[in-house]
Amino acid sequence: MKINIEEANKKAVSIILKAKPVITGISTAGNVIPEMRKNLILHSGPPVTWENMCGPMRGAVIGGLIYEGMAENQEAAEKLAGSGEIAFDSCHHHNTVGPMAGIVTWSMPVWIVENKAFGNKAYCTLNEGLGKVLRYGAFSREVISRLEWMADELAPILNQALSAYGELDMKSLITQALQMGDEGHNRNRAGTSLFIREMAPHLVSLDVNREKIRKVLEFLNSNDHFFLNLTMPSCKCTMDPAANIEGSSVIVAMARNGTEFGIRISGLGDQWFTGPSGVVDGLYLPGFKGEDSARDIGDSVITETGGIGGFTMAGAPAIVKFVGGSAKDAVRFTQQMYEITLAENDAYQIPTLDFRGTPTAIDLIKVVDTNILPVINTGIAHREPGVGMIGAGLVEPPKNCFHDALDAFVKKYT
Amino acid sequence: MDTTKITKLFGRELTIINMGLETFADNLKDQKKTVLQMDWRPPAGGNEKMIALLKKLGK
Repeated sequence: MKINIEEANKKAVSIILKAKPVITGISTAGNVIPEMRKNLILHSGPPVTWENMCGPMRGAVIGGLIYEGMAENQEAAEKLAGSGEIAFDSCHHHNTVGPMAGIVTWSMPVWIVENKAFGNKAYCTLNEGLGKVLRYGAFSREVISRLEWMADELAPILNQALSAYGELDMKSLITQALQMGDEGHNRNRAGTSLFIREMAPHLVSLDVNREKIRKVLEFLNSNDHFFLNLTMPSCKCTMDPAANIEGSSVIVAMARNGTEFGIRISGLGDQWFTGPSGVVDGLYLPGFKGEDSARDIGDSVITETGGIGGFTMAGAPAIVKFVGGSAKDAVRFTQQMYEITLAENDAYQIPTLDFRGTPTAIDLIKVVDTNILPVINTGIAHREPGVGMIGAGLVEPPKNCFHDALDAFVKKYT
Repeated sequence: MDTTKITKLFGRELTIINMGLETFADNLKDQKKTVLQMDWRPPAGGNEKMIALLKKLGK
């Protein structure tokens, strides 16, 4: 053995537990995301070409090009996307995460979340709500108009309120939300409420038209998932400093693009290990069924990678009404996750498990050894571009990406 | 073969540990026997290639 894996993993765990994610503001992708450019579109998951993109991701690309004024309609957008003039890259390659299709274009507003313990930043767009939304592949006029309002009013108003508030401590908010029945991936009602509670006094004190502020508060209140786009970059900037530690078998990223699911291992650099995206087992909105669904998609699995989300379902029993299963299943899932993780979080706790710390830092070796796969809960997009969200459920990652990663790990370190 | 010891064993009230398929334990419970289900599964789900890799890591 060339290296002490245990020591390397202790270092990774210590970095993860020391993280202190705070929201520092909102800007546009073009202003703050490293190496962003006007003809670059970021997407969720490991890298994927336009030709291999699934329906909802194509739909979101079409919407992104229309939103940027680079195409007038679906036909023109598809032609441009396939022309070679538009470059595509993984959000993860740019310190960014995006839920579902994860499409980020030049002028979209993004949250800036900084890990104060290590000085690194992560970025994520603002959550649009559920249903017919860009991240689920919808691109109708209603979707584009909402994105325009978010860029023109929501983001600048929230940014002004944040400037008055100061840095918003996400570790504290996530800790509180987990005590209130959230798990930070598909249950974000408490987190969204806490965010509104923190922001409301500063919003109403702004020298801005009251009707505009009312609309902002109404939008936040109507969108239980608003907090998701804050837990995601918080987990991303928590995990990034734990990457590239020689000998560490900690999984520092999991992500899916609707075609492939990919993982990155701390001790194996920037390499993705991929397998086919899974089929989600879930609950469907009226009028939709399993055969309508796209495969597993989105960077939101960074929450599970960071030790919340599906890993803390035991503390969020109400989530089973959204993703399926029973409250008993939720407890069983969380208990299993302790078998594949290296630590219990010292801040994030699960009240229903007597305030046990959440299962944190997935160990590749434990995943393969126990044959227990990380549990992930997720939204379900329609498989065709232009439709949107059709349900939510649970999904397993493909086993082969963990096997391939272990093979590479053993080759490198023995 | 001397089966005296085995016969003697089954003549007593048994406390049973079951490894593997839980349905075996369930059947015994149905017969009002004391049974402990051990949470055990084969390493790497029995995948021989993965077992060999894990051994190289000292697992």
